[in-house]
Amino acid sequence: MVQFTLPPGSKVEPGKTWPRPEGAEEILTVRLYRFDPESGANPRLDVFPVDRRRCGKMVLDVLFHIKNEIDTSLAFRRSCREGVCGSCAMNIDGRNTLACIKPLAELDDTVTIYPLPHLPVVKDLVVDMTHFYAQYASIQPWLKAVTPEPADRERLQSPEERERLDGLYDCILCACCSTACPSYWWNGDRYLGPAVLLQAYRWIADSRDEATGERLDDLEDPFKLYRCHTIMNCTDTCPKGLNPARAIAEIKRLLAERTL
Amino acid sequence: MAFRTPIGRARGWGAAHAGVGHWWVQRLTAVALLPLTLWFLWFLAHLLEADHQSLRAWLASPWQGGLLLAYLMTAGYHAALGLQVVIEDYVHHPALRLGALVAVKLGLVFLTLVAAVALIRIVAGGGAP
Repeated sequence: MVQFTLPPGSKVEPGKTWPRPEGAEEILTVRLYRFDPESGANPRLDVFPVDRRRCGKMVLDVLFHIKNEIDTSLAFRRSCREGVCGSCAMNIDGRNTLACIKPLAELDDTVTIYPLPHLPVVKDLVVDMTHFYAQYASIQPWLKAVTPEPADRERLQSPEERERLDGLYDCILCACCSTACPSYWWNGDRYLGPAVLLQAYRWIADSRDEATGERLDDLEDPFKLYRCHTIMNCTDTCPKGLNPARAIAEIKRLLAERTL
Repeated sequence: MAFRTPIGRARGWGAAHAGVGHWWVQRLTAVALLPLTLWFLWFLAHLLEADHQSLRAWLASPWQGGLLLAYLMTAGYHAALGLQVVIEDYVHHPALRLGALVAVKLGLVFLTLVAAVALIRIVAGGGAP
């Protein structure tokens, strides 16, 4: 059966509570998931009271503040700090989003930060995304055409054809959507998940691509595609405001349309 | 310990090239069940005030009997498809999953047939059981 509870070694235990910063007027209490695979101990929830006025504007700034000034052993991924690279995807107050574009102004006095759900944790907020990336590679995310590229110009596309890629090409593969999807939790080994399916549809919708049929063939599978039950957590959580559920629905529509 | 490459694991068994039919029929039966269920509720409400004779006469009409048969068949089919998805989602042990799928499919075929035979028996006047 599906495992609905965490295995004993993964149960989160109360962790260390750090002292209140001196002279702070406005405290933000950060409850942080910590896990060190080398310690052999269970994951724990550390509590960091921080001075709001010394933390910058975004949740990522708070993590930097903690790492630079309180506990240097904290591990998290980040790069662009402006919502373009997707590295700092994590679960903030129960919702997957990007720490770099989540403003402190939207938080209460306490914030709870966990890694992305249902992926193996490497350390603290760093998760193992190997399978997610491999699934992305498996849909062959590149332009496939038998017609050679024109020698004197690029492959042409009308403004309308280009518009069809809006809301699809913008995906940054942060995995917020896939790891918010219960179907991906239960069957992520075979179900491709919303992010990868949105990327698959990005190439199906591309007027320059000549492998639409093969792409649809490769998706027609009870597990790769049809584990999507239109739960729509993906669309709800996407930090870029995209709609993976609609992309998946379009794939299903095309598959039905070519049969009927 | 497993040495399979990530891409090998992600590609897995490839695509089964199936699933469209299941998806389409599940939606088709769902749409059909909307009016059929309304009709069935209306039928149940009338059942309260009807005696056995008038019920038989009523179901003997091709329209009413046909609607009830259609409701039974569609509901059975839709339930089988829906339960199949639930089992595929949550039951991961291969033998358990196969067993559950077989039980659900055969069980619902049987139940639907029993319901159809009961309907025919009522209409054909086999009398009270």
